[in-house]
Amino acid sequence: MNSSVIVFPGSNCDRDIAVALEKMQFKNRMVWHKETALPKSDLIVIPGGFSYGDYLRSGAIAGKSLIITEVIKAANSGCLVLGICNGFQILTETGLLEGALLRNKNLKFINKDVNIKVTNNQTKFSKKYKKDQVLKINIAHNEGNYFTNPEHLKKLNEESLIAFKYCDTKGKVDEENNPNGSLENIAGVYNSKKNILGMMPHPERMVDKMISNKDGINLFSSLLN
Amino acid sequence: MKFSVIVTLKKDVLDPQGKVVENTLRNIGMEDLKSVRQGKYFEIEINIGDPKKAEKKVDDMCKKLLANLVIEDYKVCKI
Repeated sequence: MNSSVIVFPGSNCDRDIAVALEKMQFKNRMVWHKETALPKSDLIVIPGGFSYGDYLRSGAIAGKSLIITEVIKAANSGCLVLGICNGFQILTETGLLEGALLRNKNLKFINKDVNIKVTNNQTKFSKKYKKDQVLKINIAHNEGNYFTNPEHLKKLNEESLIAFKYCDTKGKVDEENNPNGSLENIAGVYNSKKNILGMMPHPERMVDKMISNKDGINLFSSLLN
Repeated sequence: MKFSVIVTLKKDVLDPQGKVVENTLRNIGMEDLKSVRQGKYFEIEINIGDPKKAEKKVDDMCKKLLANLVIEDYKVCKI
């Protein structure tokens, strides 16, 4: 499987995701944001970081970069796209995913391992997980507070487009286990066709027991089959 | 021609920064304070002579980049 990781000035999780993809036997290429063509890709990853220093809004400037036009074209023709953290913010800025990521409710940058629940395990990104499986995944963000309009929120629920929700170790979803103020504890969402996933937690940081755990592995192995 | 653009979060979007500023103003004794919303301010100079065309251009800039219409409103004024 061929993957491309898009690199912006200020991306800082691009190496981590590349290592995770290569560990999972993806043939990965790094693609600089000024490129005007994408290599043949089954999966495009927009990595975490602080593209353009979060100037204007997180992801706003990267969302207008040259390569993004190609990413939008590929996404619209069915290519799998994964946006992690700043990548999620960029995907909402491009309009590929609806909604927006606001400043964390407590105004603090949060860097910690949190529990998230797999709310939909029927997608190309999640089929190796069990339904409602609880994962421990790292988050590290200042703007992760997912917001969308009431109609879209309804659609997210009705069409099972919510990928992950923040929860406790047993899978209980409540305000106490909502780190950033996201609507309905949303940690990740799909587009209608479910070929685009945006998520704030970092699965690429959870692929090796020596440094964390392996809870992120199944996201990548789901994509391989 | 010069314009100012003010971008603020929509009314129904939580503005935690504005809230902290509001609480702090209260704490330092500012009475009669109703509420505070925080936003962004831009000054934009533009090389178009016709005021209507120029304003339309700035409006376009707001829609395409300066504001995220999912969460923000904007106001354009000639200065």
